[in-house]
Amino acid sequence: MGEHRDQQDPALLRRLLRAKDRMDAASHEAWPIRRLAKVSGVSEAHFARSFKQAFGLPPHRYLLTRRVERATALLRETDLSITEIAFVTGWASLGTFGRTFRDVTGRSPGAVRARERAAAHQLGRVPACIVSAAHRPDLTSAVSEKRRRMERGNVRSHNPEVT
Amino acid sequence: MSQGVDVVGVYVHDQDEALAFYVGKLGFRVHTDARNGDYRWLTVQHPEQPSFQLGLFAPGPPVHDAATASTLNAMVAKGAMPPLVMAVDDCRAAYERMVAAGVEFVQEPVARYGTVDAGFRDPSGNGWKMIQTRAAR
Repeated sequence: MGEHRDQQDPALLRRLLRAKDRMDAASHEAWPIRRLAKVSGVSEAHFARSFKQAFGLPPHRYLLTRRVERATALLRETDLSITEIAFVTGWASLGTFGRTFRDVTGRSPGAVRARERAAAHQLGRVPACIVSAAHRPDLTSAVSEKRRRMERGNVRSHNPEVT
Repeated sequence: MSQGVDVVGVYVHDQDEALAFYVGKLGFRVHTDARNGDYRWLTVQHPEQPSFQLGLFAPGPPVHDAATASTLNAMVAKGAMPPLVMAVDDCRAAYERMVAAGVEFVQEPVARYGTVDAGFRDPSGNGWKMIQTRAAR
């Protein structure tokens, strides 16, 4: 038992992966725990803990990484305004978007747009999912605990359904 | 071809389930299905690619101890294995056909980078990107 205690059941992991996939496919949508738990076929109480154990961060923080990742891609590849990108990627307010984006990437959306465009390189030969994964912000280490706490408060107040 | 990559394998949770998926739903053919006790060497082939076999291998004895097999199954189930890419000549048509066959797509066809791509998983959790080889129409 001892060495298997932390090993999650593959069948459960496969269902948790389904919830993660669904967030990947529609990160702009609201993903309350209730909805995610239903996708995975587990109880709400069980879901967040199991997800974090499986993927290393809580589901709502995972969702934020995907939104920032998508926003970064839109900054790089489209001429949408930053306000438009904020709303398209699922944030309820421009302020929350800018703050979270800076917390995660260390730069403002405008600065990232300028940098990404200057460094337009040959990513066309790499499948898009791989590019996305490579550009995915690592929230578990990139955000200081202080900013994280502040941001969590903001996210709750603007986006209560995310947590 | 006399030299080159011949077999690349993926780990699957259940070989019968994987066979039903890759052959029954994706249209692959069985190349080799050989058993020796508990061990089963199972490879399939894309009908248009006779020079390559995709191995569908189940973690477990005699190759892996129970704890290792459990870890491998867990890694596959959480989608942590390397990406797989399938080339198709018409991504949207392939998508429609595969959805009808019951394939679990994680991404609908999207036109970008001058082509069209979609994403699906096998029952074990292995993730496939399906990319159109011809320019988007």
